[in-house]
Amino acid sequence: MNIWVITIVLTVLSLAMGLAFVRLVKGPTLPDRVVALELIASITVAIIVAYAMLTDVAAFIDVALVLALTGFMAAVGFARFIEHGGSRE
Amino acid sequence: MSNAIAAILALLGAAFVLIGALGVMRMPDLMLRMHATTKAGALGGGLLAISAGVHFGDASVMVRAIAILGFVILTAPIAAHVIARAAYFTGVEFWDKTLKDELREKLDTRGHVLYSGFEAKDVGHADKPDADN
Repeated sequence: MNIWVITIVLTVLSLAMGLAFVRLVKGPTLPDRVVALELIASITVAIIVAYAMLTDVAAFIDVALVLALTGFMAAVGFARFIEHGGSRE
Repeated sequence: MSNAIAAILALLGAAFVLIGALGVMRMPDLMLRMHATTKAGALGGGLLAISAGVHFGDASVMVRAIAILGFVILTAPIAAHVIARAAYFTGVEFWDKTLKDELREKLDTRGHVLYSGFEAKDVGHADKPDADN
């Protein structure tokens, strides 16, 4: 694929990662941060897929698949932590 | 041809992810933020995965890409529901321009009991033999 397309995709994804990171720092509550973390996990999956296309290494797709699985587990775990007590900030 | 399709899918996916991130940055309220991230983020990641499958042009990579897409589409709503439910039970604040929250008065957030609103009526007709619920 054209190198410029991948460059644009990676730039846009980095911008999105920055915006999500601002929400992660600002809060204001713990669920907001969890939502931002979930978005960061899915942006990371997207970045890994774009990097696989950049380097033409198909094995990175497997990494993205595993990270997508793990991100879902983290979201469910955080939700249980919020519901069963713990800090709410 | 497949190169152009992969490029269009990748750009579209990146644009959707950016829209999701803009939503999580700009929206005033947890539920509105989740409304932006859950759908746009999942769709963007899935589109990028399909783009990688088209780019490599290999059946095994395409199957993995479709697995990523299917998994993201299956789990994003579940994760969003679980987080929203936990946040609602812990009493997260809504936007001050929220017009309606019908669940708030019917839900016992401590005991996790949802009332239908017809309990008072049932008490009124308690003389009926089958109205003991």
